[in-house]
Amino acid sequence: MIAENVVFGIIAAAMALGAIGVVRTKNVVHAALYLVVVLAGGAAQFILLGQEFVAWVQVLVYIGAVIVLFLFGIMLTRAPMHPKDSLDNDLRWPGAVTAIFLVGILTGLLVHTFHADKVDLVAPVRTAQITNSIFTTYIIPFEVVGVLLLGALIGAIVLARKD
Amino acid sequence: MLLNQFLILAAFLFGTGVYGVLVRKHAVLVLMSIELMLAGVNINLVAFGAFHHTDIGQVFALFVLTIAAAEVGIGLAIVLLIYRNLHSADLDDVDTMKG
Repeated sequence: MIAENVVFGIIAAAMALGAIGVVRTKNVVHAALYLVVVLAGGAAQFILLGQEFVAWVQVLVYIGAVIVLFLFGIMLTRAPMHPKDSLDNDLRWPGAVTAIFLVGILTGLLVHTFHADKVDLVAPVRTAQITNSIFTTYIIPFEVVGVLLLGALIGAIVLARKD
Repeated sequence: MLLNQFLILAAFLFGTGVYGVLVRKHAVLVLMSIELMLAGVNINLVAFGAFHHTDIGQVFALFVLTIAAAEVGIGLAIVLLIYRNLHSADLDDVDTMKG
């Protein structure tokens, strides 16, 4: 029990530092690499919760594909690597107040509502169980998401094509 | 493990993403902040799935992942178009419709 909490704390601290790095760094490529830390930490938390399949999908889809897409986007828009002026606009303080207010309200409500609830893990959720449930109960949302991905694929090609 | 530790971590990630969306000027960085928010939501879904001993949380997290991938693809295509037309991916330059 204690070992789980220690592992959680280490991963959570890395994720929090990575998240702050994404929104604070001055180098756009470094922001993408900090995002890798956050997403890998998320996958580690999923494994800690015994949810293997979504953890590995997160590694494959996010770290494998989405980050590469981001790096392509950074290169294609010639993002500044060593910018002289800041990458932030002048909303820094109102933005910080909004974010702290939001996190404060959410944390207060969560502590108030779920203060005694514990996650007791009996066994990891197997991939077979997830796929059974995707292909029986959730088959219609699954097909809709497939059509949406096809639409997004064609839409991205049409938008980005030079004509 | 408490349920709350996951939920508060997710809330922190979401708040950081909100800050990034509000404050960042470069369009790709705004998209990255949106990914931070989606990662927080995913942790929420999976934590509640583990808490209730059901696989719904994992299935919905998979759908969120799919939508996020589609969103990044379309979003980067739009950013590329903006860069091609305005020669800058700075969101402060996209002010054609500003009154």
